[in-house]
Amino acid sequence: MEHAAVSLSPQQKEPAAQDARPVYVLRGVNKFYAKRGIHALDDVNLTLVEGSFSSVIGSSGCGKSTLLKIMAGLTPPSSGSVMLEGKPVLGPREDIGMMFQQATLFPWRTVLENIVLPIEIRDGKKAARDAHDRARDLLAMTGLSGFEHVFPNELSGGMAQRAAICRMLVSQPSVLLLDEPFSALDELTRDFMNMELQRICRERNATAFLVTHSIQEAVILSDVVYVMSPRPGRFVEEVVIDLPRPRTLEMMTTPEFGALVDRIRSQLDEGALA
Amino acid sequence: MTLMDQGNAATGSFPSTVWVENVSWVDRVPRWVAMVAIFAIFIAIWQLTHMTGLVSPILLPSPGSTANQIYFVGHNLLTGGYMLTPLWVTLKTVGYAFLLATAIGFSLGVLVGETAFGERAVMPYLVAIDTMPKVAFAPLFIAWLGFGIESKVALATFIATFPIIVGTAAGLHAADENARMLFKTMGASRFQTLIKMKLPTGMPHFFTGLKIGSVGVMAGAITGEFLGGGKGFGDLIRVASTNLDTARVFALIIYLSIIGLAIFMAVVWTQRRFVFWHKSTALTES
Repeated sequence: MEHAAVSLSPQQKEPAAQDARPVYVLRGVNKFYAKRGIHALDDVNLTLVEGSFSSVIGSSGCGKSTLLKIMAGLTPPSSGSVMLEGKPVLGPREDIGMMFQQATLFPWRTVLENIVLPIEIRDGKKAARDAHDRARDLLAMTGLSGFEHVFPNELSGGMAQRAAICRMLVSQPSVLLLDEPFSALDELTRDFMNMELQRICRERNATAFLVTHSIQEAVILSDVVYVMSPRPGRFVEEVVIDLPRPRTLEMMTTPEFGALVDRIRSQLDEGALA
Repeated sequence: MTLMDQGNAATGSFPSTVWVENVSWVDRVPRWVAMVAIFAIFIAIWQLTHMTGLVSPILLPSPGSTANQIYFVGHNLLTGGYMLTPLWVTLKTVGYAFLLATAIGFSLGVLVGETAFGERAVMPYLVAIDTMPKVAFAPLFIAWLGFGIESKVALATFIATFPIIVGTAAGLHAADENARMLFKTMGASRFQTLIKMKLPTGMPHFFTGLKIGSVGVMAGAITGEFLGGGKGFGDLIRVASTNLDTARVFALIIYLSIIGLAIFMAVVWTQRRFVFWHKSTALTES
């Protein structure tokens, strides 16, 4: 099933993506929790090509969090191969950027200090200071210029997530792992932030992998949507989203969009009944 | 005509329906007025009780004679009278005990809150000791450390340490799952996670422990001085009480409570200064 992601026709992608190379490759990944007798992931195969945006969608407890944790190097797979940029993922890595439902900014640090925190942890305070210019560029890109020295308490939910995007990007990761990043925001803000996320990913030709349980969100953002079913968690279908780029919120009212949403929903319903 | 103009010009067909929410006058009294009123009522009841003559002045002095003694003690302290040395002794006891309790409480709190060993093996013993009535240890401390300041410092430290341990340990557990996961993805070491995330996150809890400890340290110092003699403020109270000078006892207690309040407020001020991101008031906690 991984071939479909690679075989996206050129007109759907940026010209740069024509010779798209695989960035993140999972082969035959299984995960068992022996103590609880749970088969959380069953033979998951996944290829993320450079500059692509993929989503995985499924109900709660279908194993998508487990998949994301394995991809982030936070937990080992029980069997299978997990390779990022040709190197095995054997733990957390600097070239993996991650974002959570909560912005998780630390209130005793200014926005700028929060953003360079990953640099400070890995390379120390001096390196973090040297990264201030890069952090300022990121703030400008996400529309947070002028908020460098503000404390997170003064930011709105959307602004806090923008800062979290900057923090994820500051160490220039090869892959972005997004764990329902905007689901705590109100719907209007979430739609807007999703468009911002698309813009940022396109500007940086980022390779992104999103976990969500909003079908609309998955469709509007992704090149490929993987539908996951629970017990054991596995990909039951891979839906290629051939809507043109850049996507707009208006596309959500088109019949093509509706048809894709329906197709994914019927797959999810089947999975729920199984 | 805009919508707002319409609102302003209430006409016959659209009568103004502005109405006032009913708030009881008791809830509208300004804070300082309410505080003064409570104080006045308290003094009045006290004075009336005294005037009925039902309670002997030895048991309950009049507000007037208490005020006299407050003035006398204050005058004595300000003019460098004989009470200044006991005050200094008690302040030293409280100061040393508070520093010791903070250091010991913080260290044990980190041990118990950060390491599985501490939580499993040390915490049960700490809980067991915490349930003992700590004042009962006073005679032991006096036997071990003598009648000097040391036994009082030990008792006060003993009482104040436990809330600081609990506060520190609770603080280390306060960090949420997202923050822990974020630090993991950044490849942070255990030490980095502790210093850069868990300890700052736990600061409000730590300060709650300090506040409780700051009250306990005073109680411990005075109890020690009652039971173990010495030359502190507690001894002044003991002497006044032996002389049936109840008004003096009242006055001395009031000065002690001012000291206690000063220590408490110092902790609150420090918290506001260093835990600026956490909104808490002086008396209530998060």
